[in-house]
Amino acid sequence: MNETNNTRRKLVLGAAAAATSPFWLNVARAQGAPIKIGFPVPLTGPFTVEAQDQVRAAEIAVKEFNEAGGLNGRMAELVVRDDKLNPGEAATRALELIEKDQVNFIVGSLSSATQLSTNNITKARKILFNSISQSDTINEVKDWSPYTFHEALNPHLTGGAVGRYAFPKFGKRIVYLTADYAYGHEMVRGFQTAGKLLGAETLADIRHPLGASDYSAFLPRIQSLKPDILVLCNFGRDLVNSAKQATDFGLKANTKIIAPILLYTARQVGGPEAFEGILGGTSYYWRLEDTVPSAKAFNDRFRKAHGGSVPSDYGALGYAGVRTVLAGVKNAGTTDTEKVIAAMRALKYDFYKGAQYYRACDHQSVQSVLIVESKSKDMKDKNDVFNIVSVEAPNEKNLRSCSELGHQA
Amino acid sequence: MFDLKLLILQMVTGVALGSVFVLLSIGLSLIFGMLTVVNFAHGAYFMVGAYVGVYALNVTGNFWVSLVVVPLVVGVLGLLTERFLVRPLYGRGIDYPLLLTFGLSYVMMDLTRMIFGSDGQPIGTPPGLRGAVDIGVGNFPLYRLFLIVATAIIVAALWLFIEKTRFGLIIRAGARDPEIVRVLGIDVSKAWLLVFGLGTAIAGLSGILAAPIRAVTPEMGIPVLVESFVVTVVGGMGSLPGAIVAGLLVGIVYSLSSLYVPDFADTSIFVLMALVLLVRPQGLFGRAGLMS
Repeated sequence: MNETNNTRRKLVLGAAAAATSPFWLNVARAQGAPIKIGFPVPLTGPFTVEAQDQVRAAEIAVKEFNEAGGLNGRMAELVVRDDKLNPGEAATRALELIEKDQVNFIVGSLSSATQLSTNNITKARKILFNSISQSDTINEVKDWSPYTFHEALNPHLTGGAVGRYAFPKFGKRIVYLTADYAYGHEMVRGFQTAGKLLGAETLADIRHPLGASDYSAFLPRIQSLKPDILVLCNFGRDLVNSAKQATDFGLKANTKIIAPILLYTARQVGGPEAFEGILGGTSYYWRLEDTVPSAKAFNDRFRKAHGGSVPSDYGALGYAGVRTVLAGVKNAGTTDTEKVIAAMRALKYDFYKGAQYYRACDHQSVQSVLIVESKSKDMKDKNDVFNIVSVEAPNEKNLRSCSELGHQA
Repeated sequence: MFDLKLLILQMVTGVALGSVFVLLSIGLSLIFGMLTVVNFAHGAYFMVGAYVGVYALNVTGNFWVSLVVVPLVVGVLGLLTERFLVRPLYGRGIDYPLLLTFGLSYVMMDLTRMIFGSDGQPIGTPPGLRGAVDIGVGNFPLYRLFLIVATAIIVAALWLFIEKTRFGLIIRAGARDPEIVRVLGIDVSKAWLLVFGLGTAIAGLSGILAAPIRAVTPEMGIPVLVESFVVTVVGGMGSLPGAIVAGLLVGIVYSLSSLYVPDFADTSIFVLMALVLLVRPQGLFGRAGLMS
């Protein structure tokens, strides 16, 4: 009796092993298994609101793809994970997505550090990664790989676009209040490069510690310099605090305040008075629907799915990042990474904000930059917080050149 | 490069900054001086005060009402903490309440995140205190001038309470020698309960007062804790005049170093602390041997 049990057990275990072996999995995958897109974003931490909006918008892109029939019946699936805004966690999540969840592609990240960390994993594993947040370094040759795509803007482009709009309009004497980390420095560099061509003069570049809550120590000096423009080169909470305190010190009387990125969510937290009159750049603002039909289509879908609320700037990037990958899959007719990369390189698209395409040397999405100004009067509803004052058209010349980034022509 | 107007303006900024530090530190110093409890949850009470204040402001629309509500609510929270969490740990040495309050701060932060979300609450400067006034050497925010005045009033009220009332007498005696106070038939534990509540109430009040000039987020108490400890150590643990002098000193040092050596502004307060400790280990006004 024991002999039979033993043999039976071995047979069952053997069958189980064969059934779960990769051989079967690959066969199963080829036969209509879902197209999985890994989506690691900082669901916990200071950017949770932005990250959740990215997830909401990304889900819309997946739904649109599936409703159109998918890829010959194969449906897409979003696999959302939390990278906790920590590069170590981001790397672990990326590995899990690739090894355990067997995703075909990865889209995500909401910080310079985490996207570089994720990219290190995806390029080693030859998985396509489309980054949806700002970074200057991911396009540089030492971090980039043919599997890396960058849907979002970068600090050089954003700072430059805002500078090109603001310096001729408001004056040439500039003071920077800069958060002392990579983002701050990159933004200042973007402004100064654009400013050099326009004759702008940097009176001071005042560095403040990242996460500082009190800026009163810096403001009297800024006041005494009497600049034409004060550039707040910081993000999120830092932007809210410095905007509030600069307003309190009465700086707006003689100085125009601008920020490289005017975050929709920061404006909601900071409130109308603190941000009144502050000008900045952004990749997307929902009012673009007044002039761009694809924006209206995207907004309407988002409104329908989420009770009337509108997508934020980073949320829209979540949509774009996933939609471009799925468009590549559709055009290539397969989920084979190399073929999808080729399809995305050839893509000319207008999914939510106007014409875009990926630059060949570094897969940077060449796109427009919106210049918006915050308002406190004439607000039609609680979402109507900005006026779009200018749109800088997509132009490769505004990016750092391929050779500057180290790519061979 | 020497601009007198700028220097004076920066000093005024330093005093305003110092006032915030004074407010933050009084509560901490009080609790340590009387109870020998290192309250690591001090920053968390500050944060809770800000949140309660913003909530009260949204409900009533009146900033002044919030200023009354906050110390009451946070004080009660402090009373409950002392009665049920800290009291069982008396007599076991300084580490236990320290660890307890440290853990408590995490609990309070996460509870706040669960109730209010992680993003932060918008709060504007209260109407009537907005804008800047020309104080002769430049524009200065009206709200920060208000903070200087508010701090002075609170400190004065606290001084009157401790020096001139019977309960204040008990507190001072209990700090000097709790054994004798017990022998005299006074319930020292009730005094300690109220001191803890008072310390946390002031921490909460400083939270809502600081809210219009800082972002109200669940993490807002963390830098506050560091700043409060520096001030309390410089001034002397348990000393009220020490907290006041040290608070203003730290504010001015930070402000002036931001102007002349901005890269070292953050470090400057720790340099100050190190210098004071080298010369007077018990702090400027502290009593030697408090920890033993």
